[in-house]
Amino acid sequence: MKTVFAPTLRYYRRKLTGGVMLTLSALSAVVALIPLLLIFFYTISQGFDYLNLDFFIKMPKPVGEVGGGMANAIVGTLVLVATGSVIGLPIGIFTGIYLAEFGNNKFGSTVRFMTDVLSGVPSIVAGVVAYGFVVIPMKHFSALAGGVALSILMIPTVTRTTEEMIRLVPHSYREAGLALGIPQWKTTVQIVLRTAFPGIVTGILLAIARIAGETAPLLFTALGNRFWSTSLDQPIASLTVFIYDYAKAPFEGWNKQAWTAALVLIMLISILSLTVRIVTRSRYAQR
Amino acid sequence: MMMPMLEQPMIEANAQAGLPSSATDIKMRAMNVNAFFGKLQALHDVSLEVAANQVLAIIGPSGCGKSTFLRCLNRMHEVAGGTMSGKVLLDGEDVYQTDAVLVRRRVGMVFQKPNPFPTMSIFDNVAIGLRLNGGVPRNQLNEAVEQSLKQAALWDEVKDTLGKSGISISGGQQQRLCIARTLAVNPEVILMDEPASALDPIATAKIEELIHELKKNYTIVIVTHNMQQAARVSDSTAFFYLGRLIEFGETKKIFTNPSKKQTEEYITGRFG
Repeated sequence: MKTVFAPTLRYYRRKLTGGVMLTLSALSAVVALIPLLLIFFYTISQGFDYLNLDFFIKMPKPVGEVGGGMANAIVGTLVLVATGSVIGLPIGIFTGIYLAEFGNNKFGSTVRFMTDVLSGVPSIVAGVVAYGFVVIPMKHFSALAGGVALSILMIPTVTRTTEEMIRLVPHSYREAGLALGIPQWKTTVQIVLRTAFPGIVTGILLAIARIAGETAPLLFTALGNRFWSTSLDQPIASLTVFIYDYAKAPFEGWNKQAWTAALVLIMLISILSLTVRIVTRSRYAQR
Repeated sequence: MMMPMLEQPMIEANAQAGLPSSATDIKMRAMNVNAFFGKLQALHDVSLEVAANQVLAIIGPSGCGKSTFLRCLNRMHEVAGGTMSGKVLLDGEDVYQTDAVLVRRRVGMVFQKPNPFPTMSIFDNVAIGLRLNGGVPRNQLNEAVEQSLKQAALWDEVKDTLGKSGISISGGQQQRLCIARTLAVNPEVILMDEPASALDPIATAKIEELIHELKKNYTIVIVTHNMQQAARVSDSTAFFYLGRLIEFGETKKIFTNPSKKQTEEYITGRFG
């Protein structure tokens, strides 16, 4: 007896295709996780030996000597990231606002195209540009030059995420604000930006995480420094440049410390992300 | 703009309505309004007037220009990128000769879909207009919010949860929150664009009841797809079709004895 729901050959084929596709995508998801987990566990296992209080509060030991820490590099990375952010974030955020709110014209699409190109520029090129525009006129390497190089890398990410997040805010909120007799700029700042805020913060964090991990643009801008310095005018140490130097050094202790520096860098970025998330969390758990 | 023709359509409209033009105070007056989206003309030469402390219902099939006309009244049409010609008078003053922001403070708007600000509390949703428009001291803010929520018949339901998100309440409550938000800035005219079309019958009944209350203090223009609703809440009705004002007059007359065949056909459900 044939029922309405009698399975046909097509039915089995469809089920099979569905099953195969589901398996494939689940497998891909697992494979995508592997590099992350590998990095994480390998960094911990290699860098754990030197992860002690000394690493955070002591200065590097002279060449060849074992022990000491990277206090100057930790502070240096923070100074570089802060300098890059101070320059890059306002430019990126305001450009994003401009593109989202007033960018539906030729100038807007030109800017949009240029930021896309900029985001594809290799980071070492940003370093070369900062070398030409900051290091050469100043006649020496400096934290400022490093910050400028990093800010160039930040701007496109922040611009595009800010624009995208503002565009995601439903038009009805903007209209509701305007219909209340709230001027356009106040509607943009107090209603549209406020709604887009969590997304914009995500973009900022991604940009910060990216520049905190950059080495190439710092090599001939901030240079690196084995001594304590927080001056913007002087060469400054950074974790990434230390990782680069220590990893290729012929001393096993230094190689280990490079791993520790990598671990500390990952920790720093995670802590920063978490803190910013908690501080800026919406009371209403949006998004 | 067609200045010489200014008076004629209005006299015609009044004659159709059977209303002497001096019977009530005229709050808003649209004169020869044409509205465009780019090259597309959405409204053709619409002239009508809105009497003070009355409810005007605008009916007509989808795409007939009801919402566009409504948005011409508080200059929201231009926000959507549209253009218009003709005049819109508020207490005799041309709203297109002044600042759009000032017009919108006097002519508020409630939208089809409830749109409370999701990142703000119920309290902040009502207070935002006053806060951003400035000039209201903190202690008066509480009072103004309470007053507006009471007027919108929402106070009893939310008075203990004012700190919760504006989107944590039901759709019907959200729409009344939007009405409270509009009332808080103390407008003179309230435009409602199908305010109940996304709501269930009980919430709809509450909104309609509210309109009856509000008309004591405000002038209301409501766009609706629901003809029973138009008949229930309004004093006068305008029927739009294909971007033109077909008939405008007393609601009772429009629904019992319309003078145009198209109006009768639409009301009796033969088209649209």
